[in-house]
Amino acid sequence: MPAVEIQSLSHAFGQGEMLRTVLQNISLKIEPGEVVLLTGPSGCGKTTLLTLIGALRTVQQGTVNVLGERLDGAGRRRRQQVRRRIGMIFQGHNLLRCLTAEQNVQMGSDLLPDLGYRARRDEARHWLRSVGLEDQMGKLPHDLSGGQKQRVAIARALAAHPRLLLADEPTAALDGATGREVVELLRRLAREQDCAVLIVTHDPRILDVADRILRMEDGSLLPPD
Amino acid sequence: MRNLWQGRRIPLSWLLLSRQPVRLLVALAGISFAGILMFMQLGFRDGLFDASVTVHRLFDADLVLISPRSASSIRMAGFPRRRLVQTLADPAVEGVSPVHWGLMLWRNPETRLNRAILALGFNPDDPFFVDPSLSQKTEALKQKGRILFDQLSRPEFGPIADWYREGRTVETEIAGNRIRVEGLVSLGTSFGADGNLLTSTETFLDLAPQKPPGSIEVGLIRLRPGSDPQQVVERLQSRLPDDVKVLTKQGFIDFEKNYWKSGTSIGFIFTLGAAMGFVVGCVIVYQVLYTDVSDHLPEYATLMAMGHRLSHLLGVVVREGFYLAVMGYIPAYLAGQGLYWFVRDATSLPVGMNATRALTVGGMILVMCMLSALLAMRRLVDADPAEIF
Repeated sequence: MPAVEIQSLSHAFGQGEMLRTVLQNISLKIEPGEVVLLTGPSGCGKTTLLTLIGALRTVQQGTVNVLGERLDGAGRRRRQQVRRRIGMIFQGHNLLRCLTAEQNVQMGSDLLPDLGYRARRDEARHWLRSVGLEDQMGKLPHDLSGGQKQRVAIARALAAHPRLLLADEPTAALDGATGREVVELLRRLAREQDCAVLIVTHDPRILDVADRILRMEDGSLLPPD
Repeated sequence: MRNLWQGRRIPLSWLLLSRQPVRLLVALAGISFAGILMFMQLGFRDGLFDASVTVHRLFDADLVLISPRSASSIRMAGFPRRRLVQTLADPAVEGVSPVHWGLMLWRNPETRLNRAILALGFNPDDPFFVDPSLSQKTEALKQKGRILFDQLSRPEFGPIADWYREGRTVETEIAGNRIRVEGLVSLGTSFGADGNLLTSTETFLDLAPQKPPGSIEVGLIRLRPGSDPQQVVERLQSRLPDDVKVLTKQGFIDFEKNYWKSGTSIGFIFTLGAAMGFVVGCVIVYQVLYTDVSDHLPEYATLMAMGHRLSHLLGVVVREGFYLAVMGYIPAYLAGQGLYWFVRDATSLPVGMNATRALTVGGMILVMCMLSALLAMRRLVDADPAEIF
């Protein structure tokens, strides 16, 4: 079973004369453990596609299957359930300012069902070690560097044991070397978990980490090279 | 318990509050202020009502007879003394004692100005007082023209207590009759009476010659141990004519309090004051929680995107409100205690903390915070996880 399977997905914003089509007839498939990069000029609909796969938006037209769940026609509650199994990494890291690195990661492991507090905390610590931040566990996001914050975000996303990881411009706020390092780490950890990864980016320096690259333009996928 | 411990989560609400100490302090100051305002207003209200019945509490009676025409302690009407004697026919009645009760014009011996004082006339041989030390002092009243003066009376009656303590013979006039202060008691002022004096029936009648003979204002009844006051009230009321009303002692106290509560705007004014405190508190807590939710909206949206339930996040806001209520109540309670002490000291008004008021204000603060949390939640529902990418 593929991690993501999309058939003839279309999406539009606005109504009446203001109607603007963002996605047009998109079909794609991502296998478990695969690292896929989605690239294209800004405004081409990459992020909209990501939010649809991430069960953050209602599907308007077409079928979307994520981790074996039909998302077209799924209600709010159902989508929230699916999101628990998807890890998300955001452009601006989006860590909670009032929580330490360890507590932020635990907000991820807290989503694991049937696990005691101590086990969830150990899980959080395990992932912080995996991203090389064992010395920074008690620090607030405010006291961490950009690269460190993004690594905490990766640990948080992985701490919920996701089967699919979505990342939106994870290197946008980082310098070249740090960005590369973060994406390498992301790929390595995801592969260890057999977790599919979809990264939206237009950072040309990280294109080579992908197993496959999808290119988008004006709401449509370009045929593979 | 073990499951609860295992199921616990990061105390997000607490961290949201405590990692922004300035905002937290502002919020707590606001809540405490509202709480103190409520404590003050309700304290004054209850204190004033309690003060109106200090004299009523003096008597150690189980039942009280009054005239149905009596409106309050300052407008007591008379009824035939016979009625009190008739109650002795009831097997449950052990003893009775008549009391004269009315306002008199007291002449300030220093300035020679007259002022109304509440006078009680009773039988010094059988005074029916709760306080035994008071009963001992009544011995001095057996001589005619002698009175006991309330040293908590307002200073406008003259420096009676000071002169008395200095050992001087304190004499003045009531309605043209010379009287002598033979001792001091501590009762306290109320709405109706700026001062009080106690005297014997005989002296009272000398001072108020216009009173019809055989008429009294209050009849005290003591019951045999083991009898049910409520039953005796009903029995006596049905046997006696309509020109008397039979009350329990608590009924007598409530009769007076109710007059001030319903017959005047005092209760309304202070309750309104407390309501103002409540509204002020609501506005402050709502402001704090609303700003807090707005500031953290992207973070809440992130948690929703991660798959945290909306109900879990609403719970975070509710808990913030709860913590604010608890943390704001403690200083309000302590400051309330301090202010009551200060007011007692300055005005001799019987204002004090009691469990009912502590709970009332605590409940109001809790409602205030929960209400504000509910309103602030509406902002959280706006958080769209799709917007954070």
